Amino acid sequence: MKADPKGVLTGSHFLDGDHSCSEGAIAAGCRFVAGYPITPSTEVVERIASRFPYVGGMFIQMEDEIASSIAIQGAVWGGKKAMTVTSGPGFSLMMEHIGLAAMTETPCVFVDVQRAGPSTGLPTQPAQGDMMQARWGSHGDYGIIALSPNSPQECFDLTIKAFNLSEQYRVPVMFMMDECVGHMTERVVIPPADQIEIVPRKFYEGPKADYLPYKTNGDLVPMMVKAGDGYNIHVTGLTHDERGYPSMTVPTQEKLIPRLVNKIKHNAPKIVEYVEDQVDGAEVVVVTFGITSRTSIPAIEQARKEGMKVGHLRLVVVWPFPEERIRELASRVRAFVVPELNLGQMVLEVERCVAGKARVELVGHPGGTVHNPKDIYNVIKKSAKG
Amino acid sequence: MARVEIKIGGFGGQGVILSGYIVGRAASIYDNKHSTMIQAFGPEARGSACSAQVIVSAEPIAYPYIVSPEIMIVMSQEAYTKFTPELASGGVLITEEELVQPHNLRKDVKHFSIPATRFAEELGKKLVVNIVMMGFLTAVTNVVGKKAMGQAVLASVPKGTEELNVKAFEKGYEYGVEVMAGGVPA
Repeated sequence: MKADPKGVLTGSHFLDGDHSCSEGAIAAGCRFVAGYPITPSTEVVERIASRFPYVGGMFIQMEDEIASSIAIQGAVWGGKKAMTVTSGPGFSLMMEHIGLAAMTETPCVFVDVQRAGPSTGLPTQPAQGDMMQARWGSHGDYGIIALSPNSPQECFDLTIKAFNLSEQYRVPVMFMMDECVGHMTERVVIPPADQIEIVPRKFYEGPKADYLPYKTNGDLVPMMVKAGDGYNIHVTGLTHDERGYPSMTVPTQEKLIPRLVNKIKHNAPKIVEYVEDQVDGAEVVVVTFGITSRTSIPAIEQARKEGMKVGHLRLVVVWPFPEERIRELASRVRAFVVPELNLGQMVLEVERCVAGKARVELVGHPGGTVHNPKDIYNVIKKSAKG
Repeated sequence: MARVEIKIGGFGGQGVILSGYIVGRAASIYDNKHSTMIQAFGPEARGSACSAQVIVSAEPIAYPYIVSPEIMIVMSQEAYTKFTPELASGGVLITEEELVQPHNLRKDVKHFSIPATRFAEELGKKLVVNIVMMGFLTAVTNVVGKKAMGQAVLASVPKGTEELNVKAFEKGYEYGVEVMAGGVPA
């Protein structure tokens, strides 16, 4: 399916990451946003609020983040594509409802423009400190998808991808921006609507009496209906059977929860996305995501100029993590260098997959600004020497 | 063209952020280059210090912050004091002539000044001071072509104000050409 031309501002724009994310959402077909504005994500909802009246969307400024994160799920069950937008402090408040979206398999997008934390931290400065929270923040077992853009252009492209993945797998998708990318202004090229691929929701169209909201047909992802269309549906955070009714038994738990995990785990090879540069033959591989992918480039270029064999692997999809690829590289490279704007989160995933076969070096930073490329270069140099 | 870093400083209300936006837009949309703009985000409001950072390059830009600006525009005394030590040696310093006293002017930079606020007032609206400055910048540096800057100005100003802004841009540009020709003491 192609994008609705009504929502697509085809052309070249000079846009910041926040505004570009809004345009990506509108192009993806998002027509409901609920949010509680918070720096540095405010511009996303500002633009949504000003653009939605022209595309038939509805924006509600809610009383808080808890309400925002549940309002969008009501809209989704009413048939809309929806998202909410926040930063760290609000993201923390949304954790309960991220779990609800995972449990009820409600496709929706959570945008987190990360700022330095913990708590209220540094409101107008960047960090990447919510990466583990995005994966594990709600209680219990579930799978989610998270993406990490590194430019305003990717804020457009990957927001569309976030909506598409949420529909395909019926999961909440975390869109992990940061203040630097959100407030950075660059050229953003928005293609014609007929060049934007949209994954439509899979709606059940069989006899009403036969519909079971949580029955799957082999692909681990059940089909939805719209509330109010006459189908019998029941949506609950309690462990539920195929009818959606609470069934608080071990057999139901054993059937439902592994499916919630496996629909991402088993499809991970299709979902993972990373960009490699000179990784084959490299002695040191720098693993980055989001803004650190850009602050690492001067360091990598400097090291290469001095003859070091340095590869760059940038995670575009952060969760699920590209386990297979890291395992494969671990047996061939001397070291992995992981710069991140936190004091060690994604590096734990790298260490897990490397499993002692190579050195893993964190270049941590508590946030507030971006890395000085020299700090990354120094660790690359040290790692290249072995 | 290698990476050129530009810093624009002044106080809120002078159109500092819009100036940065226009330079970046001119370069990346109308001049076939790459550009990244970062705004200094703080609780800025009208009257307090603010700045915009813009990078222009023929190559894609990796590191998004400016490190050592080669071009600096300062439109307030506070911005002059605060920012000029960052200017790269051999760089271009542009000051608003009547708002900035260039005390202890650095000997290792090229200095140009323009009474942009007065010119804007003479054109009928003080608000276009930043556009006068954009015209001047275009004439005294070659960071972005005149045609591209003109297009970016037109695309970035409110509807109905195009004529005034084009006049402001031309005024700044002509003054810059005169200064470069040695007709006006810099």
